[in-house]
Amino acid sequence: MAYEMVKPPLLEVTRLGVDYVDPPRPPAAALREITFTVQRGEALGIVGESGCGKTTLMLALMRLLPAAGRIVAGSVRLDGVELLDLDAQAMAALRWKRIAMIFQGAMNALNPVRTVGDQIAEAIRLHEGVTARRTLDRRVEELLDLVGIAANRRAHYPFQYSGGMRQRAMIAMALACSPDLIIADEPTTALDVMIQAQILQLLAELRRRLNLSILLVTHDLGIVAELCDRVLVMYGGVMAESADVDTIYNAPVHPYTQALLQAFPDPTRPAQKLAAIPGAPPRLNDLPPGCRFAPRCPQVFARCRTAPPPVYAITPAHAASCFLVEPTEGGAA
Amino acid sequence: MSEPLLSVRGLRKLFPVKTISWRSRQQRFVHAVDDVSFDLAAGEALALVGESGCGKSTLALTLLGLEAPTAGNIRFERQELAGAPAAAWRQARRHIQMIFQDPYESLNPLMTVGEIVAEPLEVHKIGGNRDERRKRILLALEDAGLKPAEHFVARFPHELSGGQRQRVAIAAALVLEPRLLVADEPVSMLDVSIRAEILSLLADLKTRRSIALLFITHDLGTVSAVADRIAVMYLGRIVEIGAVNSVMTAPQHPYTRALLSVVPAPNPRLRRQHIILQGETPDPVNLPTGCRFAPRCPVAVARCRESDPALRPVAADHAAACIRLDDPPLFP
Amino acid sequence: MEQATGGYRGVWRRLRHNPMGMIGLTMLVGAVAVAVLAPWLSPYAPDTVTRVTIMDIYQPPSPVHWLGTDDAGRDVLTNFLYGARVSLTVGFFASFIAVTIGGLLGITAGFLGGRIEAVLMRFTDIMLVIPDLPLAVVIVALTKPSLTNIILVIGLLGWTGTARLVRAQTMSIKQRKFVLRARAVGAGNRYIMRRHIFPLVLPLMVVNTVLVISLAILNESTLSFLGLGDPATLSWGQMLNYAFTRGAMSAGAWWALISPGFGIVWVVLACTLLGQALEQALNPRLLTHHLAADRTLTSLRRLQPDQAPASGTGTQ
Repeated sequence: MAYEMVKPPLLEVTRLGVDYVDPPRPPAAALREITFTVQRGEALGIVGESGCGKTTLMLALMRLLPAAGRIVAGSVRLDGVELLDLDAQAMAALRWKRIAMIFQGAMNALNPVRTVGDQIAEAIRLHEGVTARRTLDRRVEELLDLVGIAANRRAHYPFQYSGGMRQRAMIAMALACSPDLIIADEPTTALDVMIQAQILQLLAELRRRLNLSILLVTHDLGIVAELCDRVLVMYGGVMAESADVDTIYNAPVHPYTQALLQAFPDPTRPAQKLAAIPGAPPRLNDLPPGCRFAPRCPQVFARCRTAPPPVYAITPAHAASCFLVEPTEGGAA
Repeated sequence: MSEPLLSVRGLRKLFPVKTISWRSRQQRFVHAVDDVSFDLAAGEALALVGESGCGKSTLALTLLGLEAPTAGNIRFERQELAGAPAAAWRQARRHIQMIFQDPYESLNPLMTVGEIVAEPLEVHKIGGNRDERRKRILLALEDAGLKPAEHFVARFPHELSGGQRQRVAIAAALVLEPRLLVADEPVSMLDVSIRAEILSLLADLKTRRSIALLFITHDLGTVSAVADRIAVMYLGRIVEIGAVNSVMTAPQHPYTRALLSVVPAPNPRLRRQHIILQGETPDPVNLPTGCRFAPRCPVAVARCRESDPALRPVAADHAAACIRLDDPPLFP
Repeated sequence: MEQATGGYRGVWRRLRHNPMGMIGLTMLVGAVAVAVLAPWLSPYAPDTVTRVTIMDIYQPPSPVHWLGTDDAGRDVLTNFLYGARVSLTVGFFASFIAVTIGGLLGITAGFLGGRIEAVLMRFTDIMLVIPDLPLAVVIVALTKPSLTNIILVIGLLGWTGTARLVRAQTMSIKQRKFVLRARAVGAGNRYIMRRHIFPLVLPLMVVNTVLVISLAILNESTLSFLGLGDPATLSWGQMLNYAFTRGAMSAGAWWALISPGFGIVWVVLACTLLGQALEQALNPRLLTHHLAADRTLTSLRRLQPDQAPASGTGTQ
């Protein structure tokens, strides 16, 4: 056994592929060749617009795909354990205890007829088998305190909570079993900008205190810049580019990343001209034959339309799937 | 000085709170819009910015006559609209049109694009024969960027993308050739790459067709793409108003400064001090005495709670409502 | 690709894939066909004057009379076929009246709100509380028992369920943004009710009509069974009435009871199956939000987890 200089990553996703089946039609390729890693305590931002597959990716990691979804390729390793090999029971035992998820619009996912404290306690009860009332109460109060909600609000109902507080409650629920990884799917989309800032501050602090890894899925390039260490840009079900956050924002190589940054307003630079990307993202049952971004790419050339580009490693930490960065000696990642 | 197209003075809209308990006799009100005043010149775009509950949407509805104001004046094209009879509003609605936030919901799923755009003409009985109406519809669709217009006329909303649907809504607003367009969060439900298109369309309509624009949004990043001036609202009041460049680069009111400091910027190298306000925007029912921002204000002092500050000019075309404006710089 | 008819074609497509619905539709179409084609299908003319002897009454099914004869020696099959006409006619017309009244009331109450709604809804509540059948019995007994009267009575008493349903639907449509936009454009109440509310409520009313037809037929059968039917016509309910009151049970003449009973059950079952299937077919598309429309996640049909897809398997 070789002595490993580098700590093994917490989550290692390699060439993940997901299809959506709809007989008699041919299956739709929802995800292809998704590869990334997440270290302990690291925050990875997954950025893309609607239809890019980021929600599918999240569900695939938790193996919660809808009935029509199929993982058809690749591997997902959590601390070395291959998740795709686990049976349903083993996977269920792992959910919430190792990986927890905060869903989009989670604020409305709380049961309106049960108190918030009860719902958080339920997560603990179900996954850790703790039944002692006093232990549960104490744990719930600790969790609420962790997310900045007064302990006595344990007995309140969701309607008595504001939108921001409900989101905090969802975070508390996700932390109930002390997971190593939290997947947050658009956690601040429906919130006001000030509440959003509070939640982001909370996530950053939790990450620091608990050495939590965070997978942040969003379309908002601003919050990714504030919270994340690394970024994965997705388009049409494939990776466009992945790099650390500084590289993505200041030296992107994929034309989509460049165009997306051009289209995203920067409030600190009010005079910036915004440029839209003409056209629309591809529909999964109507994919172009070559690179999925080719129809809209300002730097497209003939080869782009014939074959999809593989993922090239520009540096060990920076990868992009675009023929523009193909190394001259022709090696794929 | 030419008279502004729209002139709002002292506008108030209060909603009575339905009290279930029969014990409390005193009627309480939600102060959705509480003494708002501003001007809008022809061909000018004013951005109305604020968080949820600040009253910006209620203000928009009041300006369109969809809510009756409790008090105040709305002067449009030299005609007083507040409290005016329905006929006067009907006339005014030919010149004031609205675009809504949700491009999926604001179009009737059973109507074709052509029918949707024709609706204003039908309601106001304009455009005598079918041919003339069709011409106007096609023109409006082209102005909204849906080319070729004939291709879209028979489509249904669910066949179009979000950006295209919003363009249909814009076309329906343009068909009557309005002087004022009220856009309530027109791009917040669209993909990032589409937003810039719609925003530049609005900016284009403003300059080319000289249509005044009231642009309501919570997204400070989109403001400068369209607006000439910006007004920041908090709990039903305008706390700062002025030229976009002035307000966004040198905000004076503590609330504006806090907002601008926390709006996420896609720039990881930027190290800003985030002024994160604690708590949430309070209920506009029980308003505190004095400055309504004082409870959350990071630089509030005792005298802030004594009086409610009015808007004071701080620079050319820039005013803010804070009694501490003259104090030495409050923020580093 | 959805075509110019927008949501309606999608509804038909979904209905086609619903086996229960297609069964119900076929059954209903079959019943209507039988009623329409009665003159050609029945072996005897309906008002054949027969010379009746004691031997002709309650004859069991035979090659001459496929369903036997009734208490007056008439061919039961002929009665059944022509009885279909009466029952279905009453069902359709009464249902149409009920749904029209209920629809108008529901839209008005739901849209205008305020005092008008309160008054209309209280009236509806009163009508709901009063038991339909005894009231129908009283009214029909007091007036001349004719087919028209029966249709009117059933129709005028059967609108309450529709009214509530339509009012609820109207209230939810009223909240939708395109109604607000129409108001912002300057549209008045009548325009909005006609152009926006009604087309979206119509599918619901169609479904409701189908379900009310079955109720109306049951009501008519009950009234006839109680002897309040139009003596000049012979509906299925009346066939049952005559059979019961004129000794079919003791004569062991099961054919005289089963035939009309079977007819009623057939049509009611058809309407129920079709009505429920229509409800399901209408539900997802016509009245919903974009989240159900284009997104691939929800637009694909659900498979059973153990069902292998066409190409390869892969984990879930």
